Amino acid sequence: MEAIILQILNGLDKGSAYALIALGLTLIFGTLGVVNFAHGALFMIGAFCAVTLSRILTWSHTVIDETRTDFLGNPLKVEVPYVHDIFGVATGDAIIDWAVPLAILFSIPVMLFVGWAMERGLIKHFYKRPHADQILVTFGLAIVMQEIIKYYYGANPIPTPAPSAFTGSFDFGAMLGMAENQIIYPYWRLVYFAFATVIIGAVFAFLQFTTFGMVVRAGMADRETVGLLGINIDKRFTIMFGLAAAVAGLAGVMYAPINSPNYHMGMDFLVLSFVVVVVGGMGSLPGAVLAGFLLGILESFASMSIVIDLIPGINQIIIYLVAIIILLTRPRGLMGRKGVMED
Amino acid sequence: MGILEVKDVNKRFGGLQALGDVNLSVRENTVHAIIGPNGAGKSTLLNCLVGKLIPDTGSVMFDGKSVLGRSPHEINQMGISRVFQTPEIFGDLTVMENMMIPLFARRDGAYRLHAIESVQSEKSLIEQAETMLEDVNMLDKRHMHSASMSRGDKRRLEMAMCLVQNPKLLLLDEPTAGMARADTNNTIDLLKEIKEKRDITIAIIEHDMHVVFSLADRITVLAQGTPLVEDEPQNIKGHPKVQEAYLGEAH
Amino acid sequence: MFGLDKKDAKLLLIVAALVLFAPFLLNPFPTDSAMAQFNAGYPDLMQRFVIFGIFAIGFNILFGLTGYLSFGHAAFLGVGSYSAVWMFKLLSMNVVPAIILSVIVSGLFAVVIGYVSLRRSGIYFSILTLAFAQMSFALAYSVLTPITGGETGLQLALDDPRILGVAQTEGGNIPVPGIFGLEMRSTAELAIGPWEFVFNVGYYFSGILMLAAFYLAIRIFRSPFGMMLRAVKSNQQRMSYTGLNPKPYTLAAFVISGMYAGLAGGLMAAMDPLAGAERMFWTASGEVVLMTILGGVGTLIGPVLGAGAIKYMENIISKINSEILHGWFAFMPDGLEDLIVALIYPFIGKGWHLTLGIIFMLVVIFLPGGLVEGGQKIARLFGRKKAADDETPGKSTEPAE
Repeated sequence: MEAIILQILNGLDKGSAYALIALGLTLIFGTLGVVNFAHGALFMIGAFCAVTLSRILTWSHTVIDETRTDFLGNPLKVEVPYVHDIFGVATGDAIIDWAVPLAILFSIPVMLFVGWAMERGLIKHFYKRPHADQILVTFGLAIVMQEIIKYYYGANPIPTPAPSAFTGSFDFGAMLGMAENQIIYPYWRLVYFAFATVIIGAVFAFLQFTTFGMVVRAGMADRETVGLLGINIDKRFTIMFGLAAAVAGLAGVMYAPINSPNYHMGMDFLVLSFVVVVVGGMGSLPGAVLAGFLLGILESFASMSIVIDLIPGINQIIIYLVAIIILLTRPRGLMGRKGVMED
Repeated sequence: MGILEVKDVNKRFGGLQALGDVNLSVRENTVHAIIGPNGAGKSTLLNCLVGKLIPDTGSVMFDGKSVLGRSPHEINQMGISRVFQTPEIFGDLTVMENMMIPLFARRDGAYRLHAIESVQSEKSLIEQAETMLEDVNMLDKRHMHSASMSRGDKRRLEMAMCLVQNPKLLLLDEPTAGMARADTNNTIDLLKEIKEKRDITIAIIEHDMHVVFSLADRITVLAQGTPLVEDEPQNIKGHPKVQEAYLGEAH
Repeated sequence: MFGLDKKDAKLLLIVAALVLFAPFLLNPFPTDSAMAQFNAGYPDLMQRFVIFGIFAIGFNILFGLTGYLSFGHAAFLGVGSYSAVWMFKLLSMNVVPAIILSVIVSGLFAVVIGYVSLRRSGIYFSILTLAFAQMSFALAYSVLTPITGGETGLQLALDDPRILGVAQTEGGNIPVPGIFGLEMRSTAELAIGPWEFVFNVGYYFSGILMLAAFYLAIRIFRSPFGMMLRAVKSNQQRMSYTGLNPKPYTLAAFVISGMYAGLAGGLMAAMDPLAGAERMFWTASGEVVLMTILGGVGTLIGPVLGAGAIKYMENIISKINSEILHGWFAFMPDGLEDLIVALIYPFIGKGWHLTLGIIFMLVVIFLPGGLVEGGQKIARLFGRKKAADDETPGKSTEPAE
C-alpha cells in the first residue's frame, strides 16, 4: 500500500510537467492547427527565466568591510547584492531565497512576448503549409532557441534551488497515519503538483467561463464557421499561442528546482510530451491532461524494482510502449475526436 | 442478368436509414443513371459499390462475383473505375505520369516492385497513354503539372485515367457538378463518344437533368434510400412518383 | 549508359568524379597556410561525408518520394553498426560479411517497425517511428547490454572468437577491419609542393558503395516503383481506386531506406569497429532529416550535398575559435575587430548548431527545394541555361519524346 502511494506521488511531478506541456501543445494544435516542435523549447526558456531572475537578484557590488580582515590582514571585500541595498538584508535575503516563485511573475510577460513573437513572426506563415513543414520549421526553431540559451548560459545544468522553506522532505505516510519513514516526499514536488493543478484549472476555467474562451472553443470545433460570424478569430488565436507559451514557461519555471535547467531539457521533454498528446488524443485538452498524469504515474510504477525484476527494462520504454499500443488500437487516443490529423 | 446486380441492400448510420432494400440491375453496355433529390442515398449507394462502405445486409454482384468485403483496389482490379465529384488526380505528377499509373496498375496488378526498370522503356504503355490523351484532346498538355490545370481539364484527365484501364463499368459521381454550361456540354459529348466507341457500361449519378436525359438508357429514381422507379428516360419524365419525390409531398 | 538517360548518366559521372577526386578537391589549401584549417580532405571526415551521404540518400527514398516523415531512422543505423561489430567479433575482420549482415538485419528490423508504423499516416506515423527508435535506444542502453555493450558501447576484445580470422594479431593486438587483407585504415599520402593529399582505403571503399547506392536511387526514382511512391505522396485515395494497394509500396520504400541506413551504420563500424547506443538517439534521426531537407528533399543529389554541408560544419566550422577569428580580422582597428569578432563568434565554432538551425529554418521557409533549388535559382540568375531544372521529380520521369 505504502509503495503504491509512493509511486503515485512520484509520478505526480513528472506527470504534472507532461500534462502542462501537453496542454499547451494541444491548445496550439487545437486552435491553430499547428504541430509545434518548439514547444519543449518554450518549457526550457521558462526554466531559464528562473535562472535569469535568480541571477538578476544576486547582482552584487563589492564593498570593503573595515571591521573584518582576510587572512593577509587586509580589509575584507564582501559581495553585497543590490537587493540588500534596496530592501535591507533580511528582506533582500528572503527575496533571493524566493527567486523561483518570484520568477513566475517575471516569466509571464517574457513568455507572452516570446509566444506572440513566435506566432506573428513565424507560425502564422505556416497555417496553410503541410504538417510536415510545420514540424520541420519548428524543429529548426527549437534548435535555434536552445543554441541561443547554450551560448549565454553554457552547456552545464544550472542548479536553481527552491526556497529554503520548501527544501527537504516530509513523511507523507506518517501524516496519513501509516508507518513512519515509508513515504518520504520532497516538499517542492508537492508544490509543483499543486501549482500544476492550479494552472490547469485556470486554463479550463478560462476556456469554460469567459466569452473569449467560448469563442476559442468554438473555433477549435469549427474554425470556418466562427470566422463567418465575423469574429476575428486570428487575433484570439495569437493570444492563445501566447497563453500556451506562458503555460509551458510556467511549467518550466517551477520545474527548475526539480531538475537543474540545461539547454536540451526542452527537447527531452518534447518527445515525451508529443507521445502524451497522441495518447490523450490529438486536439483534446482533457485527454492531454489525463494522459500526462497517467503516463507520469505509469512511468514511476514501471521503475519499481518488483516490476523491473519481472520485465527488465520496462521502466525505460513503458511510455513508448503504451503510445504504440494506443496508436494502433485506438488511433484517436484516449479522448480524441475522429479524423484529427488523420492526414 | 445485368453486369451489376444490387440485391436488398440496407445501410444504416446510427438512427438514419441511408439505404433501404435497394435493388438495382445495370445492364451491360448501357448508360444507367441514378437520380434523386439530395440525401436520397445516391453517394452511399455508390460507396457501397466500390468498397468504401460495406452494406449491413444484401448483396452486390459484379460480373457474377460479389464485391462485398473487397477493398477499393481489388474492386478496381475486377473492372470498376470511379470518377469522383471533385476530380481526384495525382496533383504532384504530370499529366503523362497520371496516365501511366493506371496502365501499370492494369498490367501488373495491385502490387509489383519494378524498382530497376525505367518508365521510359515502357514504349507500348506510353503509346496507349498518348492515344488516350489524344482522344480527350489533352495530348498537348501531357507535360503539364496536373495540379495547375483548370477543373475541367482535371475532370477530363481523371476520366482518361479511368478509361485507359478499359473498365467494364465506369462509375461517375456527378461528373458535371460545378461546371459551366459549355464544360457540361463538352462532358456530355465526351461521354457520348465513349459510349459509341467502346464496349462499356456506365453508371452515372447526376443532378443535372439535361445531362441525364442526354445520356441515359435507363434511369433509377432514388428517394429516401429506396428506389422509386426504374425505367427508360421517356417514361420517367412524366412519372407521378418522380415528380412527387422532387417536388415534395404534393398532396 | 547503365540504363540511365543522358542527364542522369551525366549526374552519376559528376558524382563519381567528385568521389574519386575528393582527396584533392577537399584539400585545396597548402598544409601550412592559414587556410589549411578549412581543408576537409582527411580520411575520417571524408568517410563521414560518403557514409552520411548514403544515410541521407536512403532517407530521401522514403521521405522525398512518399512524404512519410520518419523520426526514427537512426535506429536502423544503430542496428547496422551493432550487426557489423558482431560480425567482426564472431566471424572475421573482413568488412564484406559484416556489411552484408548490417543490411540484412536492419532490413528485417525495418520490415517489423515499418509494418506497424505504416498503419498510421501523417504525424501519427512520425510519432510511431520516434517511439520505436527511442525504445530501441533505451533497450540498447539498458536491458540489451549483453548484445549492445550498454553505456560503454560494443567493442572488440582480444578473446573474441573470430572463427574465420585471428583472435589477435602476432603483436597481441586486436586486428583491424579490412577487405581481404587490405586494411580500411591504410592510407597513402601524396605531397605536391606545399600541398598534401591523403588517399584512404576506407574512404574509397565507402565511396564506391555510396556511388552504388546513388546509382540505385536514380534507378528507383526513374522506375515505375518510384512513380508509385510519388503517387502515394500525391493521392492515396486515387491510387486505391486505380487498383493499386499503397501499403506494400510504402513498406518497400521504408525497408529500402532502412537498409540504406543499415549500410551506413555497417560502414561506420567498418571504419571504426565500435558501436554505441547514442547512434540511435532521436536527435541522430533528426540529423538525417536536416541533411535531406537542407540539400533538397525529393531531389537526387540534394541529400548528398546536405550530408556534406552538415558534416563540414560539424567538423570544420566548429573548430574555429575566437583566437582564430581575431587572427583573421587583425588588420582592422582594434575596436572594429572586437566588434566584428563579437558579431560573428556566436555563429561559428561551438555555435555552429545555431547557424545550422537558422539556415535550416530559412530553407524550410524560403527554399523548400533546399540547396539544389538554391543552386538552380542562382544559376538562372546568371542567365545560364540550366538543365538541372529537370532534377525536380515533377519533370523527371517524362517518357522520351
